[in-house]
Amino acid sequence: MGIVSPGFRGRPRSGREKLPPGQYLVTDFPVLSAGPTPRVKTRSWEFRITTETGEVHTWDWAAFQALPAEEFQVDLHCVTKWSKLHTTWRGVSLDTLLAQAQTSAEYALARSYGGYTTNLPLADLLDGQAWVAFEYGGRPLTAEHGGPARLLVPHLYLWKSAKWVQGIDLKAKDEPGFWESLGYHNYGDPWREQRYWGD
Amino acid sequence: MTTHLDGNVLAGTFGVVFAVDITTAVGQCASCGTREAIAQAMVYTDAPGLVARCGCCGEVVLRVTRSAGRTWLDMRGVSYLELQTPGE
Amino acid sequence: MARAAVLGRLTWQVGMVTEIRKETATASTIMIDVPGWPGHAAGQHVDVRLTAEDGYSAQRSYSIASAPGRDRLELTVQRLEDGEVSPYLTDVLMVGYPLELRGPIGGWFVWDTGAGRPVLLVAGGSGVVPLMSMIRARAEAGSRAPFRLVYSVRSPETVLYAAELAERSQAGDGLEVSYVYTRSAPPGARVRVGRLNPVVLAAPGWTREAAPAVFICGPTGFVEAAASLLVKAGHDPGVIKTERFGPSGGQA
Repeated sequence: MGIVSPGFRGRPRSGREKLPPGQYLVTDFPVLSAGPTPRVKTRSWEFRITTETGEVHTWDWAAFQALPAEEFQVDLHCVTKWSKLHTTWRGVSLDTLLAQAQTSAEYALARSYGGYTTNLPLADLLDGQAWVAFEYGGRPLTAEHGGPARLLVPHLYLWKSAKWVQGIDLKAKDEPGFWESLGYHNYGDPWREQRYWGD
Repeated sequence: MTTHLDGNVLAGTFGVVFAVDITTAVGQCASCGTREAIAQAMVYTDAPGLVARCGCCGEVVLRVTRSAGRTWLDMRGVSYLELQTPGE
Repeated sequence: MARAAVLGRLTWQVGMVTEIRKETATASTIMIDVPGWPGHAAGQHVDVRLTAEDGYSAQRSYSIASAPGRDRLELTVQRLEDGEVSPYLTDVLMVGYPLELRGPIGGWFVWDTGAGRPVLLVAGGSGVVPLMSMIRARAEAGSRAPFRLVYSVRSPETVLYAAELAERSQAGDGLEVSYVYTRSAPPGARVRVGRLNPVVLAAPGWTREAAPAVFICGPTGFVEAAASLLVKAGHDPGVIKTERFGPSGGQA
């Protein structure tokens, strides 16, 4: 720890809300990115699920919009320590998207336009825990926040909620994604503060 | 922030682990073969780590992540680094 | 440049604030005494780290404003409205306080006082700070290398180092200073208000034929616009060095 700077308080960190360890509350919505913002037009957008046997399911934007969608409110926890509570979204549950997939795979790798990837157990995408979201706060999701559509898996750190999601590969073997391959925790549970390898 | 900074911003992070200033080193992009000073890379800093992209083709040239006490460095995007090491 | 690239690893050092000088209503220069400071090159920066009592810390980079030969470090900090670090440095920090920093950092965006080639400095707002270090280094070294500063500001009230720049440019030793006012100009001045444009950059003696080394510093948008204008005017991109501060001027 560095020397204490007299009188320095930093961004507001305590509050009445219960946050995962090490997090602080924000009211804005920080934009983080590992590269330039992909600009994907809905007319060329495609979401693809590929199983471990090579079975492929795809949706173009029209087909995706025709699926049953739901509105939901969740808290977001970013590994860079900010948390944003009670965010409202509209999206299609992964239970719906995975309903037709025949798989015995245990792992998933989400891929984004622009090349980003992130991995998680398939079980963490099911049972109402994950969505492909296309509206935030009642409006179409903007490109800087991951639009046209992003993955949302709020029970894990936000780096698992891949922006500009393009597809999910179901895999028999776990494959670490972009950050998981360089020090970030393979699972990423904010409540157990699983930020880095070995945490 | 969705724009990038210059490679100079890597100097602080790298200066903690390397004794040589990496930003003046010339690297060859493993994707497109362009040679440029690391300072000329496009660096995205608003992320769980630092991501430097080739100023020419935009592919990732290097990545750095840090926790308290550990630093991880992925330099697969650079074929080689040419550093000034006078006196060697 | 004169300094070798081998510096030794960067570590945090604690300096003491010896003086604070207000530059404008929202910017101050902080003088820091750092024991064992190894010296720096004009254009380099330091990382400053602030730590709260509960261990929470925030870190930002600030360009060094002072010339290399001074044994005391000077940083000029522009307070950003919703910044986390800059308001502490401009409004809370006092003489006698400790300040943790590491550096000097960066071997790329530096001007070597031994170089005789003309130098064109293009500053957007607080981007003038590292360029001021170069101007001061030039004076300290007695260099006669032609220097031109094109300094873009919103209004006269936001100009940093106004008096010093006036004095130095009037000394007649090869430093020229031009201002670009983007929101309001000094009363009575016969200057048009507006952004940086090719005409202001292409002053006599400073076109591509003169082949100056170019340093551009400021908010990202400004740096990109300036670099683009200069490349379009025929300057070799290879001699243009940039330091983007980030969208807002970066140093929050």
